[in-house]
Amino acid sequence: MPSALPDGEPVPDDGALPAHALAGAAERPLGFYLHVPYCATRCGYCDFNTYTATELRGTGGVLASRDNYAGTLVEEVRLARKVLGDDPRPVRTVFVGGGTPTLLPAGDLVRMLAAIRDEFGLAPDAEVTTEANPESVDPAYLETLREGGFNRISFGMQSAKQHVLKILDRTHTPGRPEACVAEARAAGFEHVNLDLIYGTPGESDDDWRASLDAAIGAGPDHVSAYALIVEEGTQLARRIRRGEVPMTDDDVHADRYLIADETLGGAGFDWYEVSNWATTEAGRCLHNELYWRGADWWGAGPGAHSHVGGVRWWNVKHPGAYAAALAGGKSPGAGRELLSDEDRRVERILLELRLLEGCPLSLLKPAGRAAADRALTDGLLESGPYADGRAVLTLRGRLLADAVVRNLVD
Amino acid sequence: MPATPNNVPEPSRTDPALIRNFCIIAHIDHGKSTLADRMLQLTGVVEQRQMRAQYLDRMDIERERGITIKSQAVRLPWAPTEGPGQGSTHILNMIDTPGHVDFTYEVSRSLAACEGTVLLVDAAQGIEAQTLANLYLAMENDLTIVPVLNKIDLPAAQPEKFSEELANLIGCQPEDVLKVSAKTGVGVDALLDRVVKDVPAPVGVADAPARAMIFDSVYDSYRGVVTYVRVVDGQLNKRERIKMMSTGATHELLEIGVSSPEMTPADGIGVGEVGYIITGVKDVRQSKVGDTITSLHNGATVALGGYKDPKPMVFSGLYPLDGSEYPDLREALDKLQLNDAALVYEPETSAALGFGFRVGFLGLLHLDVIRERLEREFGLDLIATAPNVVYRVVMEDGSEHTVTNPSEFPEGKISDVYEPVVRATILAPSEFIGAIMELCQTRRGTLLGMDYLSEDRVEIRYTLPLAEIVFDFFDQLKSKTRGYASLDYEPTGEQSSSLVKVDILLHGDKVDAFSAVTHKDAAYAYGVRLVAKLRELIPRQAFEVPIQAAIGSRVIARETIRAIRKDVLAKCYGGDISRKRKLLEKQKEGKKRMKMVGSVEVPQEAFIAVLSSDDSATKKK
Repeated sequence: MPSALPDGEPVPDDGALPAHALAGAAERPLGFYLHVPYCATRCGYCDFNTYTATELRGTGGVLASRDNYAGTLVEEVRLARKVLGDDPRPVRTVFVGGGTPTLLPAGDLVRMLAAIRDEFGLAPDAEVTTEANPESVDPAYLETLREGGFNRISFGMQSAKQHVLKILDRTHTPGRPEACVAEARAAGFEHVNLDLIYGTPGESDDDWRASLDAAIGAGPDHVSAYALIVEEGTQLARRIRRGEVPMTDDDVHADRYLIADETLGGAGFDWYEVSNWATTEAGRCLHNELYWRGADWWGAGPGAHSHVGGVRWWNVKHPGAYAAALAGGKSPGAGRELLSDEDRRVERILLELRLLEGCPLSLLKPAGRAAADRALTDGLLESGPYADGRAVLTLRGRLLADAVVRNLVD
Repeated sequence: MPATPNNVPEPSRTDPALIRNFCIIAHIDHGKSTLADRMLQLTGVVEQRQMRAQYLDRMDIERERGITIKSQAVRLPWAPTEGPGQGSTHILNMIDTPGHVDFTYEVSRSLAACEGTVLLVDAAQGIEAQTLANLYLAMENDLTIVPVLNKIDLPAAQPEKFSEELANLIGCQPEDVLKVSAKTGVGVDALLDRVVKDVPAPVGVADAPARAMIFDSVYDSYRGVVTYVRVVDGQLNKRERIKMMSTGATHELLEIGVSSPEMTPADGIGVGEVGYIITGVKDVRQSKVGDTITSLHNGATVALGGYKDPKPMVFSGLYPLDGSEYPDLREALDKLQLNDAALVYEPETSAALGFGFRVGFLGLLHLDVIRERLEREFGLDLIATAPNVVYRVVMEDGSEHTVTNPSEFPEGKISDVYEPVVRATILAPSEFIGAIMELCQTRRGTLLGMDYLSEDRVEIRYTLPLAEIVFDFFDQLKSKTRGYASLDYEPTGEQSSSLVKVDILLHGDKVDAFSAVTHKDAAYAYGVRLVAKLRELIPRQAFEVPIQAAIGSRVIARETIRAIRKDVLAKCYGGDISRKRKLLEKQKEGKKRMKMVGSVEVPQEAFIAVLSSDDSATKKK
């Protein structure tokens, strides 16, 4: 079951933005997130907005079908063009996520990208990423993507251990993600990411080390490592509640994080966001950095979130409802919120503090500044950058980032 | 429905021989209010269409909980349908009595205003401990007892069995026990006839200086204090000046009258009569239950006996959850005190809970009712600390401390600690004797005696420290007897006991709100339990937090909250941002509800869970 959308005010039928949202837009990069809400099966830990063929049967009719999906999404890209009006910005990043984007034919992904290129134009150095399931790509598929303009690919590896993959309901065989990296490189992808998950029930420290070593050995230039979050409403949450699998202790998560940072650091991967490491600055995921630095992005697809100039909105979740809205010439937006200055200040602190560059101390009010002083004393913030006016988390601080944020926003 | 009889004698001009002053003694739910309703209808003072259930119970809480806290007196005209007084209209003054253990003194004053009482017992349940205690009180006051079984219409009614039981208790024949159904009205007219026949008329000296006993005092926001009195000698007249004999304070009678059942002014009230007076005072303390009222000019010199100042037995700290509501709490307590002479309070500061009040109560029900009214009528969110009794601590140097708050328990060389004790009466089916005795023994009880009320019902009497009762005794009693036992207790003095103060230390800092006085044999268990509970309730902090229980400097229990190592969400992408900001807002709200104890953040919930008497007291009625 996908998680619930936030509450907000309604989005106008035509999707129009308040005028102030576009003020100063030229100064900010613009990105596109394209959501593909389909999966072959649902993984037990996943609460993303995605649907299996069985789940969709009879609930959205032909509109929700994945055969027609690329065409529907292109409709939203055209809507975006209308809403953003004469915004001259070319698109800096495109990120196709899911779900499982690679359940669609490679040609569909290329078509969606082409629509963005047609309507907005792509910046010369645009970063174009898709997520990919290791089992649903082959060299031909990858070549089609590469030729169609994709230059970055992110594989959901999660773990090198069969028993861990099984708890996560991941169907790929160990070794396959590593092979994908080689295939992607062969197809000409400059940037390749592997996603890892740690803290899965049943995973040991050594299992985790083995996964890190396997990932590093495959030669990506980017690794994301996420603690497994047991979201309410997922199959995994139910299994834990029933006592079928044990809940992983927070301290174990902390240990695994330290192992990750040490192992990745030793292999030349530097952290640049709490859960992300890259071998070079160019290897960072620029699209994700747009999220973290308050840039503008349009999220197209069911349940996708967008942000333009202090307006956040999100689309209806169900693929059928989404397609129906667009077919009726209406915005698929389900709700939106207009951020106040204080909201934006708080968001900047909570997002930027997660980055290697940290957040400027000038964002803090006196109480937050006092809290920052304490965090520095407690060894949660780095002293060098602090002297230069920036709050940057130490290794221990990264593990307690949310606690630090709670105090800094005061 | 019979109409109001003709030739109804008027107040101040009623022949005492025609007056019958009586009350009803009953257990909660045994139907007292319903019976009173029926009497109002039958005597025609309330017309059918005005009737609402439990007419006499004014406050919502009373109505909801089915209990009567404040008594009232209603003047009912009744011409008996048979017997010696047949056809002549009598005046029945029905004085409502509070039904709970905490209000024993008020009950005793209500009883002192009567010559007889209706002993009302549920025909399906038999007599309960509180009823029995009040019955004994009535017998001590030489009241004529009219035994009545109610709810005889219930399929589960056992009138024969319980008639026998009542007959044994009061020494009459089982046939003398009246059988009524207040619900259907069956037998109520016969009951009124019986009251006229059996209850003696009041005897007083009509031409003596006026002496009237206050048996209730109620604050009304429009009229000020309404005082209910029974004139014993002489007469009170409207607009005369009166004197309160305990304080010597004088007032003008702005209004005098009788309730029937709405307040009806009259020229005065004469010897043997019952009525109300209004003097314009704003605080029930100026018109105290048990006091004697006389005329200012040519007044009496000797007061009626039996007056006592109410004395709080149980104390609890009341703190607003939101510290900014402290002034509201003070105002609310001030208002409640206008109507409650037994409510005492003084400001108190707790390092953990902030500003609040240490409030004294007559007992647990009193505490409950006050707390509920503060929350409901005044919209306050409160933390109530676990109730405690008053200790008298004598030091080796002979100095003495009265401790109403455990955190004020003195340090140093203590010679003796005295705690209040009560005489508890428990009525229960005899199959539970073992369980009850076991419970009382673990609560440091001393068996005083045991009697069979009937074949399978028993009355057990114990001396118990009041402190053991205010904790969770009643709940334990109910659960060990599947709800069948009833309890009554009355203070009987104090005893010297081996009591110690257990302190709780968080990260080395004493938390005053968690200090408790316990018997030394129970201190260890208390310490271990509280420390374990706190460990569960206090979230992990940025540093390791030891939690200790200590007697003086001796640590008797210890737990450690490990330092938190991870507090970060792994992912934060586009769609997570709104969610994360809202989560942060929620967490900030949560942080506001944290109390800083030294350097440790303690959630409000931890205080509530540890301190609140929710587990023990609120279910008591």
